[in-house]
Amino acid sequence: MSIWEYANPKKFLATSEKVMPALWVSSAVLITVGLVWGFFFTPDDYRQGSTVKIIFLHVPSALMAINAWFMMLVASLVWVIRRHHVSALAARAAAPIGVVMTVIALITGAIWGQPMWGTWWAWDPRLTSFLVLFLFYLGYIALWEAIDNPDTAADLTSILCLVGSVFAVLSRYAVNFWNQGLHQGASLSLDEKENVHDAFSSPLYVCMAGFVLLFLVLVLYRTGTEIRARRIKALMARERLEA
Amino acid sequence: MIALLLRDLKLAFRAGGGFGLGLAFFLIVTVMVPFSVGPQSELLSRIAPGVLWLGALLACLLSLDRLLALDWEDGSLDLLATAPLPLESTVTIKALAHWITTGLPLVLAAPVLGVLLNLPVQGFLWLVISLLLGTPALSVIGTFGAALTVGLKRGGLLMSLLVMPLYVPTLIFGSEVARRGAEGMAVQTPLLLLAGISAASIALLPFASAAVLRVNLR
Repeated sequence: MSIWEYANPKKFLATSEKVMPALWVSSAVLITVGLVWGFFFTPDDYRQGSTVKIIFLHVPSALMAINAWFMMLVASLVWVIRRHHVSALAARAAAPIGVVMTVIALITGAIWGQPMWGTWWAWDPRLTSFLVLFLFYLGYIALWEAIDNPDTAADLTSILCLVGSVFAVLSRYAVNFWNQGLHQGASLSLDEKENVHDAFSSPLYVCMAGFVLLFLVLVLYRTGTEIRARRIKALMARERLEA
Repeated sequence: MIALLLRDLKLAFRAGGGFGLGLAFFLIVTVMVPFSVGPQSELLSRIAPGVLWLGALLACLLSLDRLLALDWEDGSLDLLATAPLPLESTVTIKALAHWITTGLPLVLAAPVLGVLLNLPVQGFLWLVISLLLGTPALSVIGTFGAALTVGLKRGGLLMSLLVMPLYVPTLIFGSEVARRGAEGMAVQTPLLLLAGISAASIALLPFASAAVLRVNLR
């Protein structure tokens, strides 16, 4: 019994179909519980008022935005090294979810930033590196869409993902450096972990767990769709050959 | 290797005006900036380092699609791939030829355009140095982008989308050197980081570019 068994698309589909209902339900329950708990049963922050509660969407989506890319990186490595098609398709399936998570994080951040910082957008290191991450996602998806041959596309996008990861990390530090060069200190940046009181952190963890499961089930679902799309293509090609 | 380099340089100089285009584009962008932001000389001198860096970057980017596409179309890329020279070296030479025909002229032209934008006197030296250190990275990263999109019909726009995010660190450190130089501040830290990015890109990216090119030539 090893994880590589799931490189077989049939096995992958069978198992993922078995676990997906449980994942759907548990992620829905966790997110609902976390959000209801977070929105209605936590006190207002004494300085931020109720706006602080957007943290229950913002932090989990930001977490998943980064980890989706990380998952794509691992899947790309698996494709490059062991050439399992399922992993290439999983990387492809994860990218749009990562984009959506990035956008949610940026938008909720803007909504929070408007009353708190007095601006929708600031060129703060964190915000900027998320925007750069968003651009990386766009390029990755665009490259997948542009290439017809699935194997070529998988190869090229996985190498792009590897190179892009290095440059994304570089950009993160470059952006840090760049903004400290402009402003003295990080007056806007807020290390959220340190500020969060226990009353907020427990529902936040519930939300984060819910988002992790949601991401997982979405990836499984979308990978299954990709596998089936690939199968249909193969079947149609075979039919055309026979006709 | 030298033969390949000379061939690429000759092609760039003699055929189709590819050589001067990047330079002309750089000039045009720089001339357009005062039209868009206004002619106040204080404002221009403050944004000059950033504008010149951005202009150089765009000029580099625009000349990338000729880098491999022409060889791809007439099949000489296949010949180069089967030649005894490793593909990694071929790609490096291509990037070097691109740098000599695009990056180096940009570096040399930048001070002249700096005059147009009222760049402070102490900024010229650091602008040239930062471009000299940064444009090789732009060429090498761009070669990777060109190799990724070489098989595509309309790869140019996609290539910009792919290459631009990869340019972010180089642009940040490069224009930071130029800006600090212009304002008379210490430039050592961003200069070292810029040099580091260039060196690392030159050392490592040709392998990625060659791998990508092999996939595309399959």
